[in-house]
Amino acid sequence: MPAVSKGDGMRGLAVFISDIRNCKSKEAEIKRINKELANIRSKFKGDKALDGYSKKKYVCKLLFIFLLGHDIDFGHMEAVNLLSSNKYTEKQIGYLFISVLVNSNSELIRLINNAIKNDLSSRNPTFMCLALHCIANVGSREMAEAFAGEIPRILVAGDTMDSVKQSAALCLLRLYKASPDLVLMGEWTSRVVHLLNDQHMGVVTAAISLITCLSQKNPDEFKTCVSLAVSRLSRIVSSASTDLQDYTYYFVPAPWLSCKLLRLLQCYPPPEDGAVKGRLVECLETILNKAQEPPKSKKVQHSNAKNAILFEAISLIIHYDSEPNLLVRACNQLGQFLQHRETNLRYLALESMCTLASSEFSHEAVKTHIETVINALKTERDVSVRQRAADLLYAMCDRSNAKQIVAEMLSYLETADYSIREEMVLKVAILAEKYAVDYSWYVDTILNLIRIAGDYVSEEVWYRVIQIVINRDDVQGYAAKTVFEALQAPACHENMVKVGGYILGEFGNLIAGDPRSSPLVQFNLLHSKFHLCSVPTRALLLSAYIKFINLFPETKATIQEVLRSDSQIRNSDVELQQRAVEYLKLSSIASTDVLATVLEEMPPFPERESSILAKLKKKKGPGVVPVSELEDGKREGGELNGGGDRGPDSAMSASNASTPSPSADLLGLRSAAPVSAAAPSAGSLLVDVFSESGAGGPAAAVNDDGFLRFVCKNNGVLFENQLLQIGIKSEYRQNLGRMYLFYGNKTSVQFASFSTTVSYPGELQSQLNVQTKPVEPLVEGGAQVQQVLNIECITDFSEAPQLNIKFRYGGALQNITLKLPVTINKFFQPTEMAATDFFQRWKQLSQPQQEAQKIFKANHGMDTEVLKAKLLGLGTALLENVDPNPENYVCAGVVQTKSQQVGVLLRLEPNAQAQPGVQMYRLTLRSSKDTVSKRLCDLLAEQF
Amino acid sequence: MRFMLLFSRQGKLRLQKWYVPLGDQEKRRLGRELVQTILGRKAKMCSFLEWRDLKVVYKRYASLYFCCAIEEQDNELITLEVIHRYVELLDKYFGSVCELDIIFNFEKAYFILDEFLLGGEAQETSKKSVLKAIEQADQLQEVRAVSIEDLSLTAVVLS
Repeated sequence: MPAVSKGDGMRGLAVFISDIRNCKSKEAEIKRINKELANIRSKFKGDKALDGYSKKKYVCKLLFIFLLGHDIDFGHMEAVNLLSSNKYTEKQIGYLFISVLVNSNSELIRLINNAIKNDLSSRNPTFMCLALHCIANVGSREMAEAFAGEIPRILVAGDTMDSVKQSAALCLLRLYKASPDLVLMGEWTSRVVHLLNDQHMGVVTAAISLITCLSQKNPDEFKTCVSLAVSRLSRIVSSASTDLQDYTYYFVPAPWLSCKLLRLLQCYPPPEDGAVKGRLVECLETILNKAQEPPKSKKVQHSNAKNAILFEAISLIIHYDSEPNLLVRACNQLGQFLQHRETNLRYLALESMCTLASSEFSHEAVKTHIETVINALKTERDVSVRQRAADLLYAMCDRSNAKQIVAEMLSYLETADYSIREEMVLKVAILAEKYAVDYSWYVDTILNLIRIAGDYVSEEVWYRVIQIVINRDDVQGYAAKTVFEALQAPACHENMVKVGGYILGEFGNLIAGDPRSSPLVQFNLLHSKFHLCSVPTRALLLSAYIKFINLFPETKATIQEVLRSDSQIRNSDVELQQRAVEYLKLSSIASTDVLATVLEEMPPFPERESSILAKLKKKKGPGVVPVSELEDGKREGGELNGGGDRGPDSAMSASNASTPSPSADLLGLRSAAPVSAAAPSAGSLLVDVFSESGAGGPAAAVNDDGFLRFVCKNNGVLFENQLLQIGIKSEYRQNLGRMYLFYGNKTSVQFASFSTTVSYPGELQSQLNVQTKPVEPLVEGGAQVQQVLNIECITDFSEAPQLNIKFRYGGALQNITLKLPVTINKFFQPTEMAATDFFQRWKQLSQPQQEAQKIFKANHGMDTEVLKAKLLGLGTALLENVDPNPENYVCAGVVQTKSQQVGVLLRLEPNAQAQPGVQMYRLTLRSSKDTVSKRLCDLLAEQF
Repeated sequence: MRFMLLFSRQGKLRLQKWYVPLGDQEKRRLGRELVQTILGRKAKMCSFLEWRDLKVVYKRYASLYFCCAIEEQDNELITLEVIHRYVELLDKYFGSVCELDIIFNFEKAYFILDEFLLGGEAQETSKKSVLKAIEQADQLQEVRAVSIEDLSLTAVVLS
């Protein structure tokens, strides 16, 4: 029998473990365990009282059985009994059992808490530590309720032993992480910060984890820790390798504590105090210098500990993103690691460089390593390292190296691991689009993507190439020629057929002059793929065929023949059948003119954020903070804009009313975000490829996307991108308003230096007064902060105040400018009046400058209830039975400003049948002030 | 740190320490999945990998894998040394520790870990202090130590 045992060994336990190990089969093991469980159960139930040792032994056996993966449903009470034993080892086993098999039985919890309470007040440090370990291991809410008040006292009490302090600090940390609401800040917090000065290194090491976590949540309350941390770090960094005795690890002084200190400093911006900052920069320089010194030991532990500190220091340098000198040194150091023989270091260097690539100071320095990184992508044997290399190439890509990087990524794709292909495809597609100067290159790249990794090319990617080809007429001919050639391949991916079908259907005429790609040749080529394709692709091809009939009348007979065949017109798939029937009929009865109108070339797609980028973001999955009241607004916003969304497939289908399109929401996120976390340095977003101004996109262009959605409502989501969500709630009375802005950090990383400013374009400064308090500079990952704006309308105004938001995410500065939805109608006071009054006043306001009128096409349906809701949201009174025509709407209100009141009358006349299929409105505003009439008319014309 | 697992080359879990509240089912599922992932990796591969939304740091000592799942902002290299220091502590306590020591004295392995790490953070990094605390607690009744198939975990690495 093996008896590898130490301390007061439990012979019975060793025998049992040994039996289990000797079991030849799973069945035998289960049989042996059941036998043991029966035995223990009978002992626990037996008349004879068990002594402490036996109880301990059986509890320990139960624990072993549980850890083997079997369920245990008894023994808790015996374990709790052990807690009150005077024998340390018995108590210890009891606590271990409780920590591992947490039970939610409330009676049991009461007993456990009682035992813990006794041990905490025992003044016996080993018992106190055991109790604290148990609380830290369980970390439940019940424990937090019972002990969150007591532990801070133990932590800062003058007579607490060091070992107890260490346990108390980390115990409190665990409770704070689990139930932050139960750990109340108080007088103890300032004393905790001073534990950074404690003589005992172990106490500092434990306490700093707690301080870091608390600082992240309450940066202001803990900001004195910065200078304390810097001086502690400085003492460690400058100490000789033997000074710290047992806290020196393989000749590296206090590596754990150093890393934690550097981590703590990353919760704050660079120190403002010049002396502190100087000292810190000196520390960082020393750490960088030490990396160049010969190692004091050949052991890997030595270099790991040393480099752990170095990487943490580099993280801090990147976090500050303000010391060009240090950034470049960091980059050079990482460059050395890229070629290191240790795989671990190469991995970390690639990872760290990714963040460095987004800093404007070091982007160029990172780029100099391109060849090494490409080499890593080709030669690293470990897929996780290759993945890092691919990420870095993506991060360092800009206009100057895009072609090289895209080519390398494409060739890597041919052999890439299946697990990362989809992400690689998205990245290639994004880079190709973002940095395309010549669009034939872009088209080639995407078609190559489909060729190499067709299965991983998601819908978004091929939709996007079509959107771009449609929006850029300089590339249409080339695209048609290229897809035609690509389709010649005997086996081509279905996605290629989709793109080919769509593009030839739209632009096949551009290559039809060449007899080698005459209309019939094109058609036959497409149709040769038809039978191999899935239903959605066949549906798309049918639409391409009807487009062919319009483009090339000479193909009409052939195509009608195809449509008429039983396999189409009697197809069991209802969608295919319907398309075949409708297209056949359409081509037979419609005149050439009608056909040309119905099957006209697709108009350009609206400029918007690339759906691919949205997809990549979704893959990376930043958790959106759910804010219930904001959700409504978001949905509504989506609907209001939903009418304009269309995907290539549904839009192409001439019978789109009946098409259950497989691509209902392909354009993804609707908001075009002016920031890009992936490569802020590049400055241009994907949407910019459409803009005529070309390169150098507007880093801080005003985003008024959300603005118009808030004319008739007060609450909702004003702005959202991959990092940040801004919700808004507002209320107005008389000439005053209050607006609540909710900034939600959607990422898991904190935003630093978060600040907002309100500015007033044009004359607005004298017309509107907005007051606000600054927000906290740190927004934690997943957190939401609130800002209140107090607004006073002094006189009527036309411009909107602008809100500028700046923050640092990772290393990169984000800059967003939005129009705040403060519009003149917010200060409306509704006025009820009878028909006679209304028309009397209407006539009084008959001077030409008092009236503003617009006639415009309806952007949304003419649903009565929706219209009424919007007019009420406007702030005026909606007057019933006033207008002789019941279809019309009239409203009245008074705009309240500090200097004057302006009466406003409104009349909205819908004309549902202005022309066939076109709905129009006439909107008329009359008020005593011309600027008010004009502004309201402009705002409202966008709402219906 | 979210959790730490020790498992054998055969995929048997020898120690599991969870620093985040999870149900037993979930723990078993995560454990199984991660063990398979790591056993599927070749020797000499990088000690770090991205797994779900976590970073995983692992190292093999003789027949045992030591594996930590850490947070995004945690330091991989220092975690590697957390593992090493734990191995050193076990080695010092058991005297040339092997997998069997951890099987037969699993409770001790947990106690030592609790002295070193608490709530997933380093509590005491000094080897002397941790061992002193453990020795103090033990009522040293050294029985006898017959070592069978003694695969010293540290012989390879520590010498």
